[in-house]
Amino acid sequence: MQTALRTSLPETELASRAGFAPHARVVREERQGERQARSSGLPLSIRGLRKSFGSNEVLRGIDLHIPAGQFVAIVGKSGCGKSTLLRLIAGLDKIDAGSISFGQNTQPEDIRVMFQEPRLLPWARVLSNVEVGLGRDRASGDAHTRAEKALTEVGLADKRDQWPSVLSGGQKQRVALARALVSRPRVLAFDEPLGALDALTRISMQRLLERVWRDQGFTAILVTHDVAEAVALADRVLVIDEGRIAHDVTINAARPRERGSAELASLEGSILSNLLSAEDRT
Amino acid sequence: MSLIDSISLPRRLRLPRVDGLIQWIVPLTIIAIWQVASVTGFVPSRVLPAPSDVLLAGWKLLVSGELVRNIWVSFWRASIGFLIGGSIGFAFGLANGLSQLSAKLTDTTLQMVRNVPHLALIPLVILWFGIDESAKLFLVALGVFFPIYLNTLHGIRTVDPQLIEMGRIYGMTDGELFHRVIFPGALPSIFVGIRFALGIMWLTLIVAETIAASSGLGYMAMQAREFMLIDVVVLSILIYALLGKLADSASRVLERATLSWHPAFQKR
Ligand SMILES: Nc1ncnc2c1ncn2[C@@H]1O[C@H](COP(=O)(O)OP(=O)(O)OP(=O)(O)O)[C@@H](O)[C@H]1O
Ligand SMILES: [Mg+2]
Repeated sequence: MQTALRTSLPETELASRAGFAPHARVVREERQGERQARSSGLPLSIRGLRKSFGSNEVLRGIDLHIPAGQFVAIVGKSGCGKSTLLRLIAGLDKIDAGSISFGQNTQPEDIRVMFQEPRLLPWARVLSNVEVGLGRDRASGDAHTRAEKALTEVGLADKRDQWPSVLSGGQKQRVALARALVSRPRVLAFDEPLGALDALTRISMQRLLERVWRDQGFTAILVTHDVAEAVALADRVLVIDEGRIAHDVTINAARPRERGSAELASLEGSILSNLLSAEDRT
Repeated sequence: MSLIDSISLPRRLRLPRVDGLIQWIVPLTIIAIWQVASVTGFVPSRVLPAPSDVLLAGWKLLVSGELVRNIWVSFWRASIGFLIGGSIGFAFGLANGLSQLSAKLTDTTLQMVRNVPHLALIPLVILWFGIDESAKLFLVALGVFFPIYLNTLHGIRTVDPQLIEMGRIYGMTDGELFHRVIFPGALPSIFVGIRFALGIMWLTLIVAETIAASSGLGYMAMQAREFMLIDVVVLSILIYALLGKLADSASRVLERATLSWHPAFQKR
Protein backbone atom coordinates (compact mmCIF):
# COMPACT_ATOMS: atom_id res chain seq x y z
CA MET A 1 0.00 0.00 0.00
CA GLN A 2 2.94 2.24 0.56
CA THR A 3 3.83 2.05 -3.10
CA ALA A 4 0.75 4.13 -3.82
CA LEU A 5 2.12 7.02 -1.80
CA ARG A 6 4.13 9.14 -4.16
CA THR A 7 4.75 12.77 -4.56
CA SER A 8 2.98 12.52 -7.89
CA LEU A 9 -0.31 11.61 -6.23
CA PRO A 10 -3.07 14.17 -6.52
CA GLU A 11 -2.72 16.51 -3.63
CA THR A 12 -6.18 15.88 -2.33
CA GLU A 13 -5.42 12.23 -1.83
CA LEU A 14 -2.11 12.91 -0.15
CA ALA A 15 -3.62 15.52 2.07
CA SER A 16 -6.45 13.27 3.17
CA ARG A 17 -4.09 10.40 3.88
CA ALA A 18 -1.79 12.63 5.80
CA GLY A 19 -4.65 14.13 7.74
CA PHE A 20 -3.09 17.56 7.77
CA ALA A 21 -4.70 20.61 9.19
CA PRO A 22 -6.51 22.52 6.47
CA HIS A 23 -4.02 25.39 6.27
CA ALA A 24 -1.15 22.97 5.67
CA ARG A 25 -1.55 22.49 2.00
CA VAL A 26 0.42 19.81 0.23
CA VAL A 27 2.06 21.62 -2.58
CA ARG A 28 3.41 20.65 -5.91
CA GLU A 29 3.73 24.17 -7.26
CA GLU A 30 6.72 26.18 -6.15
CA ARG A 31 6.79 29.43 -4.32
CA GLN A 32 9.75 30.60 -6.26
CA GLY A 33 8.85 34.18 -7.03
CA GLU A 34 8.88 35.70 -3.61
CA ARG A 35 12.27 34.50 -2.41
CA GLN A 36 14.37 34.11 -5.49
CA ALA A 37 14.59 37.84 -6.01
CA ARG A 38 16.88 38.37 -3.02
CA SER A 39 18.41 34.94 -2.91
CA SER A 40 21.88 33.75 -3.76
CA GLY A 41 20.70 30.18 -3.30
CA LEU A 42 20.71 27.49 -5.93
CA PRO A 43 17.65 25.52 -6.95
CA LEU A 44 17.93 21.77 -6.63
CA SER A 45 16.29 19.12 -8.78
CA ILE A 46 16.35 15.46 -7.90
CA ARG A 47 14.98 12.91 -10.36
CA GLY A 48 14.46 9.22 -9.71
CA LEU A 49 17.23 9.07 -7.15
CA ARG A 50 18.10 5.59 -5.93
CA LYS A 51 20.70 4.31 -3.53
CA SER A 52 21.28 0.87 -2.06
CA PHE A 53 23.86 -0.55 0.29
CA GLY A 54 24.21 -4.15 -0.79
CA SER A 55 20.72 -5.62 -0.72
CA ASN A 56 19.43 -2.79 1.46
CA GLU A 57 17.48 -0.45 -0.82
CA VAL A 58 17.64 2.78 1.13
CA LEU A 59 16.35 5.32 -1.40
CA ARG A 60 13.87 3.94 -3.91
CA GLY A 61 13.21 6.81 -6.24
CA ILE A 62 13.24 10.32 -4.81
CA ASP A 63 11.75 13.06 -6.97
CA LEU A 64 12.11 16.51 -5.58
CA HIS A 65 12.46 20.08 -6.65
CA ILE A 66 13.71 22.67 -4.18
CA PRO A 67 13.50 26.26 -5.40
CA ALA A 68 16.44 28.55 -4.79
CA GLY A 69 16.63 29.89 -1.26
CA GLN A 70 13.98 27.61 0.21
CA PHE A 71 14.40 26.19 3.71
CA VAL A 72 13.50 22.50 3.56
CA ALA A 73 13.40 20.17 6.54
CA ILE A 74 13.61 16.42 6.11
CA VAL A 75 12.15 14.18 8.79
CA GLY A 76 11.59 10.45 9.00
CA LYS A 77 12.16 7.57 11.30
CA SER A 78 15.68 6.51 12.15
CA GLY A 79 17.39 4.62 9.34
CA CYS A 80 14.97 5.77 6.66
CA GLY A 81 17.81 7.27 4.62
CA LYS A 82 17.82 10.97 5.54
CA SER A 83 21.57 11.10 6.00
CA THR A 84 22.03 9.05 2.87
CA LEU A 85 19.97 11.55 0.86
CA LEU A 86 21.94 14.44 2.31
CA ARG A 87 25.28 12.80 1.56
CA LEU A 88 24.20 12.23 -2.03
CA ILE A 89 23.16 15.87 -2.36
CA ALA A 90 26.49 16.96 -0.95
CA GLY A 91 28.31 14.67 -3.35
CA LEU A 92 29.85 12.54 -0.60
CA ASP A 93 28.56 9.22 -1.92
CA LYS A 94 27.95 7.81 -5.36
CA ILE A 95 24.46 7.83 -6.85
CA ASP A 96 23.12 4.42 -8.01
CA ALA A 97 20.50 5.80 -10.38
CA GLY A 98 18.77 9.09 -11.10
CA SER A 99 20.17 12.57 -10.99
CA ILE A 100 20.74 15.58 -8.80
CA SER A 101 21.20 18.93 -10.50
CA PHE A 102 21.69 22.44 -9.25
CA GLY A 103 20.44 24.29 -12.29
CA GLN A 104 23.84 25.68 -13.22
CA ASN A 105 27.54 24.99 -12.90
CA THR A 106 28.49 24.82 -9.27
CA GLN A 107 31.82 25.29 -7.53
CA PRO A 108 32.68 22.88 -4.73
CA GLU A 109 32.54 25.89 -2.37
CA ASP A 110 28.89 26.45 -3.29
CA ILE A 111 27.67 23.40 -1.40
CA ARG A 112 28.46 22.88 2.25
CA VAL A 113 27.43 20.31 4.83
CA MET A 114 27.22 20.51 8.57
CA PHE A 115 27.08 17.34 10.64
CA GLN A 116 25.89 16.45 14.09
CA GLU A 117 29.51 16.41 15.23
CA PRO A 118 31.33 19.71 14.78
CA ARG A 119 34.33 17.93 13.19
CA LEU A 120 36.74 20.70 14.12
CA LEU A 121 40.46 20.08 13.89
CA PRO A 122 41.51 19.87 17.56
CA TRP A 123 45.05 21.02 16.69
CA ALA A 124 43.98 24.19 14.91
CA ARG A 125 42.84 27.39 16.62
CA VAL A 126 39.24 28.43 16.12
CA LEU A 127 40.12 30.93 13.42
CA SER A 128 42.18 28.44 11.39
CA ASN A 129 39.33 25.99 11.67
CA VAL A 130 37.04 28.54 10.09
CA GLU A 131 39.61 29.23 7.38
CA VAL A 132 39.44 25.55 6.38
CA GLY A 133 35.96 26.40 5.07
CA LEU A 134 37.37 28.70 2.41
CA GLY A 135 38.34 25.70 0.30
CA ARG A 136 40.66 26.73 -2.49
CA ASP A 137 40.68 30.35 -1.25
CA ARG A 138 42.46 29.32 1.96
CA ALA A 139 45.77 30.70 0.75
CA SER A 140 44.36 34.03 -0.41
CA GLY A 141 45.26 37.26 1.32
CA ASP A 142 41.85 38.04 2.75
CA ALA A 143 41.38 34.57 4.27
CA HIS A 144 41.84 35.94 7.79
CA THR A 145 39.38 38.78 7.37
CA ARG A 146 36.77 36.53 5.83
CA ALA A 147 37.14 33.97 8.59
CA GLU A 148 36.89 36.66 11.22
CA LYS A 149 33.75 38.00 9.62
CA ALA A 150 32.16 34.55 9.66
CA LEU A 151 33.12 34.11 13.31
CA THR A 152 31.55 37.45 14.16
CA GLU A 153 28.42 36.33 12.37
CA VAL A 154 28.03 33.41 14.76
CA GLY A 155 28.99 35.59 17.73
CA LEU A 156 32.34 33.98 18.54
CA ALA A 157 34.79 36.65 17.43
CA ASP A 158 36.38 36.68 20.88
CA LYS A 159 37.20 32.96 20.71
CA ARG A 160 39.32 33.21 17.57
CA ASP A 161 42.57 32.18 19.26
CA GLN A 162 41.19 29.37 21.43
CA TRP A 163 41.67 25.66 20.96
CA PRO A 164 38.42 23.87 20.09
CA SER A 165 38.76 21.66 23.17
CA VAL A 166 37.96 24.55 25.49
CA LEU A 167 34.67 25.42 23.75
CA SER A 168 31.26 24.17 24.81
CA GLY A 169 29.28 21.88 22.53
CA GLY A 170 27.11 24.72 21.28
CA GLN A 171 30.13 26.95 20.64
CA LYS A 172 31.87 24.19 18.71
CA GLN A 173 28.79 23.81 16.55
CA ARG A 174 28.76 27.57 15.95
CA VAL A 175 32.39 27.41 14.82
CA ALA A 176 31.40 24.59 12.47
CA LEU A 177 28.60 26.83 11.18
CA ALA A 178 31.04 29.69 10.63
CA ARG A 179 33.30 27.30 8.73
CA ALA A 180 30.39 26.26 6.53
CA LEU A 181 29.32 29.87 5.96
CA VAL A 182 32.70 31.41 5.28
CA SER A 183 32.74 30.44 1.61
CA ARG A 184 29.25 31.97 1.12
CA PRO A 185 27.70 28.64 0.07
CA ARG A 186 24.58 28.62 -2.07
CA VAL A 187 23.32 25.32 -0.71
CA LEU A 188 23.81 24.42 2.93
CA ALA A 189 22.89 20.91 4.07
CA PHE A 190 22.57 20.15 7.77
CA ASP A 191 22.53 16.64 9.18
CA GLU A 192 21.00 16.97 12.63
CA PRO A 193 23.38 19.79 13.48
CA LEU A 194 21.69 20.46 16.79
CA GLY A 195 21.05 16.85 17.77
CA ALA A 196 23.63 16.79 20.55
CA LEU A 197 22.73 20.11 22.16
CA ASP A 198 20.62 20.83 25.21
CA ALA A 199 17.18 22.35 24.78
CA LEU A 200 18.10 25.97 25.43
CA THR A 201 21.23 25.95 23.29
CA ARG A 202 19.17 24.27 20.59
CA ILE A 203 16.67 27.09 20.51
CA SER A 204 19.33 29.78 20.33
CA MET A 205 21.10 27.81 17.59
CA GLN A 206 17.81 27.51 15.69
CA ARG A 207 17.42 31.28 15.84
CA LEU A 208 21.00 31.68 14.62
CA LEU A 209 20.39 29.29 11.72
CA GLU A 210 17.24 31.11 10.73
CA ARG A 211 18.99 34.48 10.91
CA VAL A 212 21.97 33.54 8.75
CA TRP A 213 19.66 31.85 6.28
CA ARG A 214 17.57 34.99 5.99
CA ASP A 215 20.67 37.18 5.70
CA GLN A 216 22.44 35.07 3.12
CA GLY A 217 19.61 33.48 1.21
CA PHE A 218 21.22 30.09 0.63
CA THR A 219 19.09 27.05 -0.03
CA ALA A 220 18.89 25.19 3.28
CA ILE A 221 18.28 21.47 3.68
CA LEU A 222 17.93 20.44 7.29
CA VAL A 223 17.71 16.82 8.40
CA THR A 224 16.28 16.63 11.88
CA HIS A 225 14.71 14.24 14.37
CA ASP A 226 12.83 17.05 15.98
CA VAL A 227 9.54 17.79 14.24
CA ALA A 228 9.04 20.96 16.28
CA GLU A 229 12.38 22.20 14.98
CA ALA A 230 11.42 21.34 11.40
CA VAL A 231 8.13 23.18 11.71
CA ALA A 232 9.70 26.19 13.40
CA LEU A 233 12.42 26.69 10.82
CA ALA A 234 11.36 25.32 7.47
CA ASP A 235 9.29 26.59 4.57
CA ARG A 236 8.56 22.99 3.76
CA VAL A 237 8.80 19.69 5.58
CA LEU A 238 9.46 16.44 3.71
CA VAL A 239 8.62 13.14 5.35
CA ILE A 240 10.67 10.22 4.06
CA ASP A 241 9.32 6.72 4.42
CA GLU A 242 10.17 3.47 2.69
CA GLY A 243 12.79 5.20 0.57
CA ARG A 244 10.42 7.76 -0.90
CA ILE A 245 9.06 11.15 -0.06
CA ALA A 246 5.82 10.19 1.63
CA HIS A 247 4.61 13.67 2.51
CA ASP A 248 5.51 17.14 1.41
CA VAL A 249 4.10 19.79 3.73
CA THR A 250 4.35 23.53 3.22
CA ILE A 251 4.60 25.69 6.31
CA ASN A 252 3.20 29.07 5.52
CA ALA A 253 3.44 30.58 8.98
CA ALA A 254 4.93 34.07 8.94
CA ARG A 255 8.43 34.73 10.23
CA PRO A 256 9.65 35.36 12.85
CA ARG A 257 7.67 32.41 14.09
CA GLU A 258 6.28 32.18 17.52
CA ARG A 259 7.40 28.95 19.12
CA GLY A 260 4.53 26.88 20.48
CA SER A 261 1.83 28.80 18.62
CA ALA A 262 -1.35 26.85 17.94
CA GLU A 263 -0.70 26.90 14.21
CA LEU A 264 2.74 25.35 14.48
CA ALA A 265 1.59 22.93 17.15
CA SER A 266 -1.17 21.51 15.01
CA LEU A 267 1.23 21.11 12.06
CA GLU A 268 3.71 19.42 14.31
CA GLY A 269 0.99 17.12 15.60
CA SER A 270 -0.11 16.02 12.18
CA ILE A 271 3.44 15.36 10.97
CA LEU A 272 4.19 13.45 14.14
CA SER A 273 1.12 11.26 13.81
CA ASN A 274 2.30 10.48 10.30
CA LEU A 275 5.70 9.43 11.48
CA LEU A 276 4.16 7.34 14.23
CA SER A 277 1.81 5.54 11.89
CA ALA A 278 4.79 4.75 9.68
CA GLU A 279 6.54 3.43 12.75
CA ASP A 280 3.54 1.24 13.67
CA ARG A 281 3.54 -0.46 10.30
CA THR A 282 7.04 -1.78 10.84
CA MET B 1 51.85 5.97 27.65
CA SER B 2 52.74 9.60 28.17
CA LEU B 3 49.24 10.75 27.40
CA ILE B 4 47.68 8.43 29.88
CA ASP B 5 49.88 9.37 32.77
CA SER B 6 49.47 13.05 32.16
CA ILE B 7 45.70 12.70 32.00
CA SER B 8 45.43 10.98 35.33
CA LEU B 9 47.55 13.54 37.17
CA PRO B 10 45.59 15.94 39.34
CA ARG B 11 47.10 19.05 37.82
CA ARG B 12 45.13 21.57 39.78
CA LEU B 13 46.89 20.73 43.00
CA ARG B 14 50.34 21.59 41.68
CA LEU B 15 52.12 24.77 42.58
CA PRO B 16 54.31 25.83 39.66
CA ARG B 17 57.42 26.77 41.73
CA VAL B 18 57.47 23.64 43.83
CA ASP B 19 56.66 21.55 40.77
CA GLY B 20 60.23 21.58 39.43
CA LEU B 21 61.79 20.75 42.78
CA ILE B 22 59.37 18.20 44.14
CA GLN B 23 60.50 15.43 41.80
CA TRP B 24 64.07 15.70 43.13
CA ILE B 25 63.17 15.11 46.77
CA VAL B 26 63.15 11.31 46.55
CA PRO B 27 66.41 10.84 44.59
CA LEU B 28 68.25 13.35 46.81
CA THR B 29 67.02 11.62 49.96
CA ILE B 30 68.15 8.26 48.63
CA ILE B 31 71.60 9.66 47.89
CA ALA B 32 71.80 11.17 51.37
CA ILE B 33 70.86 7.87 53.03
CA TRP B 34 73.33 6.06 50.79
CA GLN B 35 76.12 8.46 51.79
CA VAL B 36 75.38 8.03 55.48
CA ALA B 37 75.19 4.25 55.13
CA SER B 38 78.57 4.16 53.38
CA VAL B 39 80.35 6.52 55.75
CA THR B 40 79.15 4.64 58.79
CA GLY B 41 80.32 1.40 57.21
CA PHE B 42 76.79 -0.05 57.15
CA VAL B 43 77.33 -0.72 53.43
CA PRO B 44 80.92 -1.90 52.74
CA SER B 45 82.62 0.18 50.06
CA ARG B 46 83.51 -2.87 47.93
CA VAL B 47 79.79 -3.52 47.53
CA LEU B 48 78.76 0.05 46.95
CA PRO B 49 81.09 3.03 47.19
CA ALA B 50 79.85 6.24 48.80
CA PRO B 51 78.34 8.85 46.50
CA SER B 52 81.23 11.12 47.35
CA ASP B 53 83.69 8.48 46.11
CA VAL B 54 81.71 8.10 42.91
CA LEU B 55 81.85 11.85 42.44
CA LEU B 56 85.57 11.82 43.05
CA ALA B 57 86.07 9.07 40.47
CA GLY B 58 83.97 11.12 38.08
CA TRP B 59 86.10 14.18 38.70
CA LYS B 60 89.32 12.25 38.01
CA LEU B 61 87.97 10.84 34.76
CA LEU B 62 86.71 14.27 33.81
CA VAL B 63 90.13 15.80 34.31
CA SER B 64 91.82 13.06 32.29
CA GLY B 65 89.31 13.67 29.49
CA GLU B 66 88.32 10.03 29.43
CA LEU B 67 84.81 10.64 30.74
CA VAL B 68 83.88 13.27 28.18
CA ARG B 69 85.28 11.17 25.36
CA ASN B 70 83.31 8.09 26.39
CA ILE B 71 80.10 9.98 26.98
CA TRP B 72 80.47 11.66 23.63
CA VAL B 73 81.03 8.34 21.85
CA SER B 74 77.95 6.79 23.50
CA PHE B 75 75.84 9.86 22.84
CA TRP B 76 76.92 9.89 19.21
CA ARG B 77 76.09 6.20 18.77
CA ALA B 78 72.72 6.66 20.43
CA SER B 79 71.75 9.68 18.32
CA ILE B 80 72.89 8.37 14.97
CA GLY B 81 71.36 4.94 15.61
CA PHE B 82 68.13 6.60 16.73
CA LEU B 83 68.03 8.87 13.70
CA ILE B 84 68.61 6.02 11.26
CA GLY B 85 66.20 3.54 12.85
CA GLY B 86 63.68 6.24 13.68
CA SER B 87 63.54 7.69 10.19
CA ILE B 88 63.22 4.30 8.55
CA GLY B 89 60.52 3.31 11.04
CA PHE B 90 58.70 6.59 10.51
CA ALA B 91 58.93 6.23 6.74
CA PHE B 92 57.51 2.70 6.82
CA GLY B 93 54.83 3.80 9.29
CA LEU B 94 53.76 6.60 6.96
CA ALA B 95 53.85 4.45 3.86
CA ASN B 96 51.90 1.59 5.42
CA GLY B 97 49.45 3.90 7.13
CA LEU B 98 48.68 5.82 3.95
CA SER B 99 48.89 3.11 1.32
CA GLN B 100 47.05 -0.18 1.36
CA LEU B 101 49.43 -1.60 -1.21
CA SER B 102 52.51 -0.76 0.81
CA ALA B 103 50.91 -2.20 3.95
CA LYS B 104 50.01 -5.46 2.20
CA LEU B 105 53.50 -5.68 0.80
CA THR B 106 55.58 -5.10 3.93
CA ASP B 107 53.52 -5.16 7.11
CA THR B 108 53.44 -8.93 7.60
CA THR B 109 57.17 -9.21 7.02
CA LEU B 110 57.89 -6.44 9.50
CA GLN B 111 55.60 -7.97 12.10
CA MET B 112 57.48 -11.25 11.71
CA VAL B 113 60.87 -9.59 12.14
CA ARG B 114 59.50 -7.79 15.19
CA ASN B 115 59.16 -11.07 17.01
CA VAL B 116 62.92 -11.63 16.93
CA PRO B 117 64.39 -9.90 20.00
CA HIS B 118 66.96 -7.62 18.46
CA LEU B 119 69.53 -8.29 21.17
CA ALA B 120 69.48 -11.96 20.16
CA LEU B 121 71.17 -10.81 16.98
CA ILE B 122 74.32 -9.68 18.81
CA PRO B 123 76.42 -12.77 17.96
CA LEU B 124 75.40 -12.49 14.33
CA VAL B 125 76.05 -8.76 14.28
CA ILE B 126 79.52 -9.27 15.73
CA LEU B 127 80.23 -11.80 13.01
CA TRP B 128 79.05 -9.34 10.40
CA PHE B 129 80.52 -6.09 11.62
CA GLY B 130 83.07 -7.10 14.24
CA ILE B 131 83.10 -4.63 17.12
CA ASP B 132 83.03 -1.77 14.68
CA GLU B 133 80.83 1.32 15.11
CA SER B 134 78.38 -0.05 12.53
CA ALA B 135 77.58 -2.99 14.82
CA LYS B 136 76.30 -0.66 17.55
CA LEU B 137 74.51 1.63 15.12
CA PHE B 138 72.83 -1.36 13.51
CA LEU B 139 71.57 -2.72 16.82
CA VAL B 140 70.32 0.64 18.07
CA ALA B 141 68.64 1.41 14.76
CA LEU B 142 66.94 -1.99 14.75
CA GLY B 143 65.74 -1.56 18.32
CA VAL B 144 64.38 1.91 17.69
CA PHE B 145 62.75 0.99 14.40
CA PHE B 146 59.82 -1.03 15.75
CA PRO B 147 58.32 1.26 18.40
CA ILE B 148 58.45 4.16 15.95
CA TYR B 149 57.10 2.11 13.08
CA LEU B 150 54.24 0.59 15.07
CA ASN B 151 53.16 3.82 16.74
CA THR B 152 53.35 5.89 13.57
CA LEU B 153 51.27 3.29 11.77
CA HIS B 154 48.78 3.12 14.62
CA GLY B 155 48.58 6.91 14.82
CA ILE B 156 47.81 7.29 11.14
CA ARG B 157 45.30 4.45 11.07
CA THR B 158 43.37 5.85 14.00
CA VAL B 159 43.02 9.44 12.78
CA ASP B 160 39.32 10.26 13.04
CA PRO B 161 37.81 9.30 9.66
CA GLN B 162 35.18 12.01 10.14
CA LEU B 163 37.93 14.62 10.15
CA ILE B 164 39.42 13.15 7.00
CA GLU B 165 36.00 13.27 5.35
CA MET B 166 35.64 16.86 6.52
CA GLY B 167 38.99 17.71 4.94
CA ARG B 168 37.92 16.18 1.66
CA ILE B 169 34.58 18.00 1.71
CA TYR B 170 36.40 21.27 2.18
CA GLY B 171 38.54 20.56 -0.85
CA MET B 172 41.88 19.73 0.74
CA THR B 173 44.43 18.25 -1.61
CA ASP B 174 46.22 15.07 -0.53
CA GLY B 175 49.20 17.10 0.64
CA GLU B 176 47.05 19.49 2.66
CA LEU B 177 45.07 16.61 4.09
CA PHE B 178 48.32 15.06 5.27
CA HIS B 179 49.83 18.07 6.92
CA ARG B 180 46.62 19.57 8.29
CA VAL B 181 44.72 16.46 9.37
CA ILE B 182 46.57 13.15 9.22
CA PHE B 183 49.99 14.09 10.57
CA PRO B 184 48.79 16.23 13.50
CA GLY B 185 46.25 13.52 14.31
CA ALA B 186 48.95 10.85 14.39
CA LEU B 187 51.41 12.96 16.37
CA PRO B 188 50.37 11.95 19.91
CA SER B 189 50.85 8.31 19.00
CA ILE B 190 54.17 9.05 17.28
CA PHE B 191 55.42 10.64 20.50
CA VAL B 192 54.49 7.55 22.45
CA GLY B 193 56.64 5.63 19.96
CA ILE B 194 59.51 8.07 20.36
CA ARG B 195 59.55 7.72 24.11
CA PHE B 196 59.45 3.92 23.96
CA ALA B 197 62.22 4.06 21.38
CA LEU B 198 64.40 6.26 23.60
CA GLY B 199 64.24 3.64 26.35
CA ILE B 200 65.13 0.86 23.94
CA MET B 201 67.90 3.00 22.47
CA TRP B 202 69.78 3.22 25.81
CA LEU B 203 69.15 -0.39 26.68
CA THR B 204 70.53 -1.60 23.37
CA LEU B 205 73.53 0.65 23.60
CA ILE B 206 74.43 -0.47 27.12
CA VAL B 207 74.27 -4.12 26.16
CA ALA B 208 76.13 -3.62 22.89
CA GLU B 209 78.87 -1.52 24.45
CA THR B 210 79.30 -3.93 27.31
CA ILE B 211 79.71 -6.89 25.02
CA ALA B 212 81.48 -5.52 22.01
CA ALA B 213 83.16 -2.14 22.09
CA SER B 214 86.47 -0.42 22.57
CA SER B 215 85.07 2.90 23.73
CA GLY B 216 81.92 4.36 25.22
CA LEU B 217 80.27 4.27 28.62
CA GLY B 218 79.55 0.55 28.58
CA TYR B 219 83.15 -0.16 27.65
CA MET B 220 84.32 2.15 30.44
CA ALA B 221 82.22 0.21 32.93
CA MET B 222 83.56 -3.15 31.70
CA GLN B 223 87.16 -1.93 31.88
CA ALA B 224 86.58 -0.68 35.41
CA ARG B 225 85.13 -4.04 36.39
CA GLU B 226 88.30 -5.78 35.27
CA PHE B 227 90.35 -3.49 37.51
CA MET B 228 87.81 -3.73 40.34
CA LEU B 229 87.13 0.04 40.15
CA ILE B 230 83.63 -0.24 41.54
CA ASP B 231 83.24 3.54 41.85
CA VAL B 232 83.69 3.90 38.07
CA VAL B 233 81.18 1.11 37.45
CA VAL B 234 78.59 2.88 39.58
CA LEU B 235 79.48 6.17 37.90
CA SER B 236 78.81 4.70 34.46
CA ILE B 237 75.47 3.36 35.57
CA LEU B 238 74.48 6.73 37.01
CA ILE B 239 75.50 8.53 33.82
CA TYR B 240 73.39 6.14 31.80
CA ALA B 241 70.46 6.97 34.05
CA LEU B 242 71.07 10.70 33.64
CA LEU B 243 71.36 10.47 29.87
CA GLY B 244 68.16 8.45 29.72
CA LYS B 245 66.39 11.04 31.83
CA LEU B 246 67.76 13.81 29.62
CA ALA B 247 66.49 12.17 26.44
CA ASP B 248 63.10 11.64 28.02
CA SER B 249 62.89 15.26 29.16
CA ALA B 250 63.84 16.48 25.71
CA SER B 251 61.05 14.44 24.17
CA ARG B 252 58.62 15.78 26.77
CA VAL B 253 59.55 19.36 25.96
CA LEU B 254 59.05 18.66 22.28
CA GLU B 255 55.76 16.94 23.02
CA ARG B 256 54.50 19.87 25.04
CA ALA B 257 55.47 22.31 22.34
CA THR B 258 53.82 20.44 19.50
CA LEU B 259 50.78 19.05 21.32
CA SER B 260 49.75 22.21 23.11
CA TRP B 261 46.30 21.80 21.57
CA HIS B 262 45.81 18.51 23.38
CA PRO B 263 43.62 18.77 26.49
CA ALA B 264 46.19 16.68 28.40
CA PHE B 265 48.81 19.36 27.87
CA GLN B 266 46.74 22.41 28.61
CA LYS B 267 47.23 24.26 31.85
CA ARG B 268 44.11 24.30 33.87
N1 LIG C 1 27.96 3.32 4.40
C1 LIG C 1 26.93 2.48 4.57
N2 LIG C 1 27.08 1.17 4.34
C2 LIG C 1 26.05 0.32 4.51
N3 LIG C 1 24.83 0.68 4.89
C3 LIG C 1 24.61 1.98 5.14
C4 LIG C 1 25.65 2.94 5.00
N4 LIG C 1 25.16 4.16 5.31
C5 LIG C 1 23.87 3.94 5.64
N5 LIG C 1 23.54 2.65 5.54
C6 LIG C 1 22.22 2.09 5.80
O1 LIG C 1 21.29 2.88 5.14
C7 LIG C 1 20.13 3.06 5.92
C8 LIG C 1 19.83 4.52 6.05
O2 LIG C 1 20.86 5.15 6.80
P1 LIG C 1 20.86 6.68 7.11
O3 LIG C 1 22.09 6.96 7.87
O4 LIG C 1 20.64 7.42 5.85
O5 LIG C 1 19.59 6.83 8.04
P2 LIG C 1 19.01 8.11 8.75
O6 LIG C 1 17.66 8.36 8.22
O7 LIG C 1 19.97 9.22 8.65
O8 LIG C 1 18.91 7.63 10.24
P3 LIG C 1 19.12 8.46 11.58
O9 LIG C 1 17.91 9.28 11.75
O10 LIG C 1 19.20 7.39 12.63
O11 LIG C 1 20.37 9.24 11.43
C9 LIG C 1 20.39 2.36 7.23
O12 LIG C 1 19.71 1.12 7.19
C10 LIG C 1 21.86 2.14 7.25
O13 LIG C 1 22.15 0.94 7.89
MG1 LIG D 1 21.32 10.22 10.02
